[in-house]
Amino acid sequence: MSSIGTGYDLSASQFSPDGRVFQVEYAAKAVENSGTVIGLRGKDGVVFAVEKLVTSKLYEPGANKRIFHVDEHVGMAVAGLISDARQIVETARSEASNYRSQYGTHVPLKYLNERVSMYMHAYTLYSAVRPYGCSVVMGTWTDYEGPQMYMLDPSGVSFSYFGCAVGKAKQAAKTEIEKLKLADMTVKDLVKEAARIIYLVHDELKDKQFELELSWVSKDTKGRHQIVPRELAAEAENLAKQALADIEDSDEGDM
Amino acid sequence: MAFMGDIMNPAPLWQNGPSPGAFYNFPGNSSSLASNHTPQDFKAHSASPITTTTTVIGVKFDKGCVIAGDTLGSYGSLARFRDCPRVMKVNDLILLGSGGDYADFQYLKDIITQKIIDEKCIGDGLQLKPRSLHCWLTRVLYNKRSKMDPLWNSYVVAGIQDGEPFLGAVDKLGTAYEDAAIANGLGAYMATPLLRDALEKGPLDQEAALALVRKCMKVLYYRDARAFQRYQIGVVTAEGVTVHDTEELQPDWSLAHMIHMK
Repeated sequence: MSSIGTGYDLSASQFSPDGRVFQVEYAAKAVENSGTVIGLRGKDGVVFAVEKLVTSKLYEPGANKRIFHVDEHVGMAVAGLISDARQIVETARSEASNYRSQYGTHVPLKYLNERVSMYMHAYTLYSAVRPYGCSVVMGTWTDYEGPQMYMLDPSGVSFSYFGCAVGKAKQAAKTEIEKLKLADMTVKDLVKEAARIIYLVHDELKDKQFELELSWVSKDTKGRHQIVPRELAAEAENLAKQALADIEDSDEGDM
Repeated sequence: MAFMGDIMNPAPLWQNGPSPGAFYNFPGNSSSLASNHTPQDFKAHSASPITTTTTVIGVKFDKGCVIAGDTLGSYGSLARFRDCPRVMKVNDLILLGSGGDYADFQYLKDIITQKIIDEKCIGDGLQLKPRSLHCWLTRVLYNKRSKMDPLWNSYVVAGIQDGEPFLGAVDKLGTAYEDAAIANGLGAYMATPLLRDALEKGPLDQEAALALVRKCMKVLYYRDARAFQRYQIGVVTAEGVTVHDTEELQPDWSLAHMIHMK
């Protein structure tokens, strides 16, 4: 790595001579080591799916969740260092709460994203702090604007997306997402696709155990962010496993 | 050497020390601030409500509770605002009704709404229960009154506590109680006897409770000069909370010709 030994990677407040901030790039590396997170924005809502890697069999099922509620109408799926991510979730919650107390209505996602991005960006400017080692995906659905989704990097950069992926297998996941006709799909279809993609990109050799987390916010949930109901999630998960088994079978057939 | 003062007006011998017979007060010390009160130091607190709402009534029935309150916001004796809803769904287990200052109710309503959102964000599927909200309200209202700055409301909390109906009241002093029938304001005098009478005759079902509450609202409309013909009813049962659309009662003033003022 070009950065090591040069001394330019010791602080987030100093550029390298070729114009990079290495501490921010290292933070992005922390995100790349995490389980894959995808967000899909369909016709009538947004779906989040997370491959939560379970690093010990001693953990209770459902521990260390990676999908959070920010406000009634906003969900957040996180990749990277979970403790950093929780801090971002807390910041987003207090922003949403402040907006509500000031203006008496729910915070527009565009505004919330701007505020959280500014907060994350502030941690790339000073030598006394380190950048956040997490990326977050935020989504909502409203009557007047339809579905919206943003992804936010440790650098403080954020974009609005139709479909996004972050974490270990983001490349593979993006390739799969690009095959979907997102704008025509309902969240009911997207949940199945999201589960399938997570199962597909999961690397069994490197990471043995994982839990699939699914949530959505859509017209059907009346714009409320919810964890996907157990039966639907189980159905999507079974379909995903089936799809994976089918691929493996056909691979063996080719041999 | 004018700064030394002249013979006739000597400069003070020793400044910034204790005045004779007093202890030295360090600058910025609270005890030094505590002395020398000016009239501005005394804070005017809310001594009276401004825009007010009148009675809110609540009654238990076999499987839940009913709450009702009209939608009038009075400005003194002026019937000023005609659409002030004050029966609020808190969550799937709790209904809240308020009488008294409307702004104070709105203030607390926003706080409660955010409380419920915070709770949903935790995402463990647990919900605030009515007895907890009732207790929380007693703390808030009692603390405010202890600061001589009360929130000028009386609240009725109705809900389902572990499958059983719950009905409780809290007033602006933080005084709290639970009962099967609650009415505040003028309703305490005029609706409570009707409600208690009905309850003594046997357990109510939902239909009977709704009919009873509607009757009380009518009686109150006839007698309470701060009451209004449009009102809200809310029902809470194990199935959930519903706040009905605003209803309008049909008064019959045909008996009014009997009343002769001398």
